[in-house]
This record gives sequence, C-alpha cells and structure tokens, in this order.
Amino acid sequence: MASTTTWRRSLEAVALPMGAVLAALVIFGVFCALAGANPLAVYGSIYRAAFGSWSAWQNTLIRASPLMLTALCTALPARLGLVIIGNEGALVVGGLAAVSVGLGLGGSLPGSLVLLAMALGSLVAGGLWIMAAGALRHYRGVNETISSLLLNYIAIALLSHLVQGPMRDPAFVSKPSSFEIDASAWLGTLPTTRVHWGLIYGLVASVLAYILIQRTTFGFAARTAGGNVRAARIAGLPVGKLTLAVCFLAGSCAGLAGMVEVAAVQRRLNESIVSNYGYAGILVAFVARHNPLATVLVSVLLGGILAAGGILQRSHDLPDATVLVFQGIVFLCVLYSESLYGRFAFFQEREAQVEAAVASV
Amino acid sequence: MSDRNRSFRLSRRQVMRGLLATSAFGLTAKFGTGCAQSPSSGGGAAADGAAAEELVVGFIYVGPKDDFGYNQAHAEGAAAMVADVPGIRLVEEASVPETTAVAETMRSMIEIDGAKVLFPTSFGYFDPHILALAEEFPDVQFFHAGGLYQEGVHPKNVGSYFGYIDEAQYVAGVVAAHMSPAGKLGFVAAKPIPQVLRNVNSFTLGARSVNPAATTQVIFTGEWAEPVKEAEATNSMADQGIEVITCHVDSPKVVMETAERRGVMTSGYHADQSPLAPEGYLTGAEWDWSSIYTELGQEFVAGKTLMAGDIPHVLRGGLADNFCKLSPYGPAVSDEAKAGGDAAVAAIESGELVIYQGPLKTNTGDEVLSTDQALKTDNIELEKMDYFVEGVIGSVS
Repeated sequence: MASTTTWRRSLEAVALPMGAVLAALVIFGVFCALAGANPLAVYGSIYRAAFGSWSAWQNTLIRASPLMLTALCTALPARLGLVIIGNEGALVVGGLAAVSVGLGLGGSLPGSLVLLAMALGSLVAGGLWIMAAGALRHYRGVNETISSLLLNYIAIALLSHLVQGPMRDPAFVSKPSSFEIDASAWLGTLPTTRVHWGLIYGLVASVLAYILIQRTTFGFAARTAGGNVRAARIAGLPVGKLTLAVCFLAGSCAGLAGMVEVAAVQRRLNESIVSNYGYAGILVAFVARHNPLATVLVSVLLGGILAAGGILQRSHDLPDATVLVFQGIVFLCVLYSESLYGRFAFFQEREAQVEAAVASV
Repeated sequence: MSDRNRSFRLSRRQVMRGLLATSAFGLTAKFGTGCAQSPSSGGGAAADGAAAEELVVGFIYVGPKDDFGYNQAHAEGAAAMVADVPGIRLVEEASVPETTAVAETMRSMIEIDGAKVLFPTSFGYFDPHILALAEEFPDVQFFHAGGLYQEGVHPKNVGSYFGYIDEAQYVAGVVAAHMSPAGKLGFVAAKPIPQVLRNVNSFTLGARSVNPAATTQVIFTGEWAEPVKEAEATNSMADQGIEVITCHVDSPKVVMETAERRGVMTSGYHADQSPLAPEGYLTGAEWDWSSIYTELGQEFVAGKTLMAGDIPHVLRGGLADNFCKLSPYGPAVSDEAKAGGDAAVAAIESGELVIYQGPLKTNTGDEVLSTDQALKTDNIELEKMDYFVEGVIGSVS
C-alpha cells in the first residue's frame, strides 16, 4: 500500500501541515493583538526577519543546522518504536569527544585531518551514549525515554566537571572552558555566506538517514520491528542488534552536532554548547513525524521562528517569551493536524477510502 | 453515526505523542529561560519618526530584563541612558543565549536597526562572538561588561567596563556583622571564579572588620541560575543558624525569598531586592550602570568613539566612581549598623581604606599578604584570586 501513494495522499501530506501553520499564525495573531501589537505588522516582520532576504535566510539556516542533526537522534529510534530524548546529552558528549580529539592532536596534523578525527570522535561518543540507552532497553527492559533523559543530566554534569576542573584553561576568564582548539581545525563557513559547514552535515545526514530507513533492507527491518516487535522476532529479525545499531546512528548524529558547535562556533568546550538544541530537536522530530527529510523542512521552519524572535522584541515591543509562545502554538497546531490524516474525504483515493481511514489511526 | 464519533476521538497513541511533545516543549521553554515582560523604552513608535541623526544603541541580555539580578541592573541602566540623553534610540533583546544566536542578534541590530553602538552585556558573549562581529563591523562600537579588553590583541572598536562591586560587598559585610549577634554569615555562590571569590572575601573582610570572630559559610551551586540548589543552600544555612545570607548568582530572587520566609536576614546583589524581602533585607551590593551608561551616551551623541581614542577602552571604578552602590538600608538595620556602613563607604571612597591589607591569610593558613603589603582595588592581582580568606568556611575547589 505504501508504494501506491498518489497525488491526493501527497497533497494531504503537504496541505495538512501548511494548514496547521496557517491556523497557528491566526491564533498567534490574536495573541499579538491582545498584547497590543498589530498582527499584520508582526507577520510582516516575522517574514522579513526569517525569510525576507538572503541575510535573513542565512540567519534562519544557521539556527536550523544543529536542529537537523539533533532531530535525527529522536527520529531514527522512533521508527523502531523507541522514544529517545537524549539528544542534548549526546550532543554534549559529542562536543566533549571532539574537543578531546582536537586538543590531543593539536596542530600536529593538517586541519582537515584533525577535523575528520574530531568528527569521528564525536560520532562514536554520541553513538555509544545513546546506544547505552538502547542496550538498557533491550537487555534490561529499562524505559529508554527515561534513561536517555537522565543521561542528559549525566552528560551535562560531566561537562561541567571537566571544564571547571581537569580540562580548564585558566587563562580564559569569561567562563570555565577547555583550551582552544588549533585554528587550523576550525570549521569554516560555506563560500560567500556566514553559514557554517554544519548545514551541509545536517543535510547529508538527513538524506542518508532517509535512504537508510526507507530504501534499505536494514531500514525495512527496523520499521518492521517498530511496527510489531513480536512479529519481527518471529520473522527472525535480530531486534537487539537493530536496536543497538539504530541507537548508535541516532546518537552519532547528535554527537556530530556537538562537534560542529565546538569546531564552528565556540572553538573550545564550555557550557554554552548546552543551549537547547537537543530539546528543540525532539520537537522537530515529532513535528516531522520522524521522517528524516521532513526534519530538514521543520528545522528550517523552527530556525526561521527563532530568527524572528529578535524582531518581535525590537520592533513590536513584545516580551522576549513571545517567540516561545509562537513556537508552542505552531507545534501544537502541527501535532493536532496529525490527528486529521484520513479524515478529509477529498484526500482519499476513491477505492481505498475505508482502508486508508483505518490505517491512519 | 459511529464513524462520525470516531473522527473526534484521539487514539491513545496520538495522546501519548501529544503529551510527550508538549512536555518536550515545556523543557524547551524552561531552558529558553524567557518569560518576562517589562516596559521597554525602545520601540515601534520611534522607528517611523526617527530623525536621521538619532543614534541607535543596542542592548542584549542573556536572560529576562526583570530577573531582579544581573540583567535587570543593565536594563535599568539602559533605560536611564535613553531617558537622560536626547538623541539616542534604544533597541533591546532579552534571553539571547551565548551561541550563534547572539552573533545573529548583533548583526540584525547593526544591519536592520542601524545600531552604531552595541552593549552585549553577558560575560560569555565576548569571546568569540563580540570579537568576531567587531572585526566584521569596524565602525560599530562594542562595549562589554567585564574588563576583558586587551590592548593590541582585540579590535579597536571594542571597549570594556566593569565595576569593583566587591567594595559594596565589603560594606554589606560591615552591615551584616553589625546585625548578626553570633557573627554567622552565609554566601550562596555560583561558581568558584575569581570575581565570585573576591566578593565572598570582601564581604567576609568587611564583616571581620567589625567582629573579628565572624565567619562566612559558602555554598557553591555550580551554575549561574540554579533555583532549586539556591533554595536548598539557603534552607540549609537557615537550619545551621546562619543569621545573614547574601549571594552571587544571576538572579538572587530565590535566595532572598527563601531566606525571608525562614526569617533570616538578607543582603542583596546585582539589583535592589528589597521588595522580595521587605522585613529582613539589610542592604545589598548593586551595580549602578545608570551613571556610566548616561555618561557614555553623552559621549556617543557628542561624536566621540573608541576608534578615535576619545573614549578609553577600559573603564573601571568602584563606589567612588558610581560603578556600584548600596541598596537603601532596610527597616531592620540598626542605627549603629547604618553608621558603620556609612563610615565604611566614606573610607573606601576617600581611598583611605584598602580592603586587601596585610596581614592576610587564606582559610587554609597560607599567607597572602604580609603586614606591610596591600593590594589596592585596581590591582590586577585581585582579578586572579583563587583562595578564600580566613573566616570563610568552604573550599575553592
């Protein structure tokens, strides 16, 4: 049935989220009017600040790129039926590994090799971190949502300990931080832009994840296990190995986001890398219905919303939490719209109407 | 009919998903730290009718503008600048994290709002974000609170300013010791960095100038904003019989309110917290950014710049230069304590009192200063402080 997707169903997949965003804009407009701002002017400002010019687009993309990677940390295990929310922790250990590798190698190798080693280090560290949650789930039956959430706190505490103690650069006074990685191993920006290479990492990882999940036997096995784990076992699928592998891949995506944050933005390890990218990634994954390609679009949408946060304060005198209200309304509307799939006759294939309505619930 | 009903019901899976996602949003919102409305003096109205000569000044805060703490102190200073200096338009953004977000905010302020002067106030904005933007926009002036500017190393359009607020902490210590019969004081501190240690030490030295047996119990929370641990620390101090509690965290709100509820006296930090603890609030070490910002604002309007060398790159000062001040004395403060506090202020302002005066020992018994040594307020050695003085109960690591 999945392969017989036709234009009506595709239209539904586009129209429902778009409708949800429009509904969210209307609700947010009412909110702005109550707060004393002109909704139409606010819409105009949001558009200008997020997508209105090339500079605004760059702002949006800069904010979106870490989200693309962290979202995969939730989206991939979700296809296996696991709800992993350890994105922030995996990002932190990824950054930690990247800095350790980067400082360890120093300037001894050419910058690109150091970067590669940092990326590998972060992939492995983030991967093992989330794999631990997967292993606890599979072998000991520990709820993976809770364990991955708790692993976040452990990771952040570890980070604080290391940057305030063993790894601290005493000469850097603005905040407890590690030493700076060698300038040759800084991750630069894309030519003629100020967007760093993390965007490309995010796009490539999302496409790879999509291919892996939708177009390979591995992905099919994972989706099968996600659909019904008993059936998958009976069919002889190695559910344990699948769990570990998918969790590893998921964690490594978030870990890579940590490496980008370190190599492209902070250039040293400190608590500024704990800035909510992981938690925002969970939202992105849920709104994107765990489709790795849709996470790219949702990340850009969220990036745009975040980019518009400043203008709401500066030009409309709205409080700084306004952007969070907007974000919340958009995501609640999109999540609600999920319950509407298959409820509109217009989007149903004429002969498959009944079947689709049942399947979508 | 039944089919119709069905379409209004959510499946259990959908409910679970919704719950998870909303709780994730809750977390997000919490970590975003923002939930503040405060009257802003910038504004849409000014945007349309802005005269060409109007100078746009941007202020960026790491948290909400009404946090009863660090950010509020700066926001009040900014408001004073626009109120007192004609020809300045203020643009503000609050709750901006120390990531690419602050770089993008600075860029928008420059490119969209036309800001010529920026005050990104959080300590952690400096390296790498301010430095990178300053290189890119050499005709925009960047002022940073923290005194990190290094001649020759950093771009010419960067300046830094900071106050020796530990002078005010010393006076607060004097007042606290007068009010504490047992001499048991408490200090809730965020992180063991030199600035924090210096505040703890100055507070303790002030207290011990009145009561040589006074002690300051220190508890580190580990983070700048850790409300739960701050409350726990305050409660445990109250349980130990500590009589006056002060703090150095981003927002002293929780410490003040908790101490007030427990009937413990308090001494504030950053901004005036007397509304939070009307009974037990003694005084507090406050930033006084209004005078500095107003002064700088007048220089901007007069066309002076850092780049031309008209404005010094490093501005620092203490009580005498209006960089900091003390909260008005609370109702609990005795006349004797007020007299002691006023005398300490006068002695510091006249330069006759040096806080770090030998003989001085650390609380582990090592000698810091011998009898004839002294470190004046502006001595750079004090900014590398890594010890607690005698009388502090606690360890720096």
